[in-house]
Amino acid sequence: MFKTILKASTLKATAAALALSATGPLAASAATDLQWWHAMTGANNEVVNQLAKEFNESQSEYTITPVFKGTYPETLNAGIAAFRSKQPPAIIQVFDAGSGVMMGAEGAIMPAADVLQKGGFTFDKSQYLAGIAAYYSKPDGTMLSFPYNSSSPILYYNKDIFAKAGLDAEAPPKTWPEVFEAAKKIKASGAASCGFTSTWLTWIQTENLAAWNNVAYGTNENGLGGSDVKLEFNAPLFVEHFQAIADLAKDGTFRYGGRTSEAKQLFMSGECAILTESSGGLGDIVKSGVKYGIGQLPYYEGHGPQNTIPGGASLWVFGGKSDAEYAGIAQFFNFLSQTKTQARLHQVSGYMPVTNAAYEETKKSGFYDKNPGRETPILQMMGKAPTENSKGVRLVNLPQVRDIMNEEFESMLAGKQDAKAALDKAVERGNAAIAEAIGN
Amino acid sequence: MHNVAFPNKILPYLLVAPQIILTVIFFFWPASQALYQSVMREDPFGLKSGFVGLANFRAVLSDPNYIHALQVTVVFSILTALVSMGVALLLATAADKVVRGQTFYRTLLIWPYAVAPAVAGMLWLFMFNPAMGTFAYLLRRNGFGWDPLLNGDQAMGLVVVAAAWKQISYNFLFFVAGLQAIPKSLIEAASIDGARGARRFWTIVFPLLAPTTFFLLVVNTVYAFFDTFGIIHSVTGGGPAKATETLVYKVYNDGFVNLNLGSSAAQSVILMVIVIALTAFQFRFVEKRVHYG
Repeated sequence: MFKTILKASTLKATAAALALSATGPLAASAATDLQWWHAMTGANNEVVNQLAKEFNESQSEYTITPVFKGTYPETLNAGIAAFRSKQPPAIIQVFDAGSGVMMGAEGAIMPAADVLQKGGFTFDKSQYLAGIAAYYSKPDGTMLSFPYNSSSPILYYNKDIFAKAGLDAEAPPKTWPEVFEAAKKIKASGAASCGFTSTWLTWIQTENLAAWNNVAYGTNENGLGGSDVKLEFNAPLFVEHFQAIADLAKDGTFRYGGRTSEAKQLFMSGECAILTESSGGLGDIVKSGVKYGIGQLPYYEGHGPQNTIPGGASLWVFGGKSDAEYAGIAQFFNFLSQTKTQARLHQVSGYMPVTNAAYEETKKSGFYDKNPGRETPILQMMGKAPTENSKGVRLVNLPQVRDIMNEEFESMLAGKQDAKAALDKAVERGNAAIAEAIGN
Repeated sequence: MHNVAFPNKILPYLLVAPQIILTVIFFFWPASQALYQSVMREDPFGLKSGFVGLANFRAVLSDPNYIHALQVTVVFSILTALVSMGVALLLATAADKVVRGQTFYRTLLIWPYAVAPAVAGMLWLFMFNPAMGTFAYLLRRNGFGWDPLLNGDQAMGLVVVAAAWKQISYNFLFFVAGLQAIPKSLIEAASIDGARGARRFWTIVFPLLAPTTFFLLVVNTVYAFFDTFGIIHSVTGGGPAKATETLVYKVYNDGFVNLNLGSSAAQSVILMVIVIALTAFQFRFVEKRVHYG
């Protein structure tokens, strides 16, 4: 009896498999397959798969296949390796720091604006949030990549610890000196073992510190005006800022978590009371159950606030694909920029909407009234027209320069050198690396 | 005695063909690519490239960071070899004395060898990561300033322990075999002469283990030099401030993160020379001079 059931079920399974294999190739040959390489994990990975599924169901000509390729740098390297072996994916997600690498490879890529036009869509720059569109465009205004997940650094704070330390739990510190004071008070009162931590010392405390306080990070509009850049982040404001952090690190008032977003863990575990982190990190912080508040990125009195620069990642298209493939990619980009898609992406993930319409839609829906603080990253970025110091940072080897800075910061936080020495060395080594890279 | 020869002219070549094909595909081809790349200068995407002669080698050898990586590698290798061989010898002598359940203990001790380097790294990271590690939490709680994210010596300690832990099994196996090869009569004779445990070990057992120890020393050095990338990549990523950046890690970092392919290739050619030298050393001195007897 049992045996027959088993047999029947195997038969069914075999039949199903046969049916699948019969329809599988047929379905595949009918649609053009487009690979989308990305670096999204956890909740953000689910969003990627969901979007691909919705797009595939909305039409039958193209199939978007998302492929997870590891961390941001790993994804970029996989894309470069694939290009070198002449098998690049249709779409690749490249993080902010990798933008300069991609832009330096003219001939390897197809500008997003051209892709859209090939697909019969008109690319209208005015529909996109100005700061984001500018960041991913050439100096002449051609948009090179399609902004997918854009974020901006903000301040998160633990309301319970603030109350315990006798601080106002409804008023997050606004300026950096206020943050440092609050952190000291938290540590001294014993409300938490660490007052303040930050993810991405490079992106948040250097690149955004420059933009938000309207000081130069490097020459040539921080690289947006041309690739020959001399770094300038050893100016007095940077030295003052990092010396303050180094001093706080001595007794553990500031704690270092790592080079990318590891410090988020220190905030979610309740060890650190204040965190500066990407708005895209919101999902995890919500899940952690910490009673958090959001404030805008702190600034220095007399310098800021100017505007923050976008982080996150954008979608790049490689050159040398067929017209049919470009048409499909264009259709997918068009799908992504639809207001409904963008508004949902923004509300679920904490990333910013990339079109004005999606922003307006979210505003109208009353989302920001119910979720105070969620508009902060957009307001920070859009508050003021960008100056030449605050359009962004673009270097052909920004990932490498970031690593150099991280090394010098680590040795500074370990007490082996002061902020001036760390920044001077980082600038010197960074300039040498840039000269080497553009000499190629 | 007459020469033994295959009558068939083709069969011998067919028999060695698989090995030759594998060597060509997985060694000669990549090695020749590395040699070619090491004298070229190329942009990351391979759009433009040009011959630069030995400029990449000059740049690498005059780079203070390269000398630093060499020092890190030497310190890391010596420490890893010492720790893994020391602990393995201790365990092997202990296992030699166990009467019941010898196989059981041995099996357990061999397990870590099957663990992939990256996984071994993750295991230790989970225990000692300052943000989430259980042991890290205990250390900090007891007033020990454990922070391998900033303290280079602690980071080095962590990767050494992780790398050594994985290699203990391998060393253990060889030491156990070495111990079993020592004739019981020698030990008994020493006992009759009144030599006690420690003295017996250092004067009889340890010298007789010398061939094994020499062999393991070379194997462990090669392991620490070349097989620990996964551990370093997952535990420290070469940091903090290059404190755990070994030569192999620097090849990866310069090539795949900094996208400087010429420099990366030049470094791997230098490493290739080091491997060849180490192997020659092993054949010439270790395998010939040190022998049982």
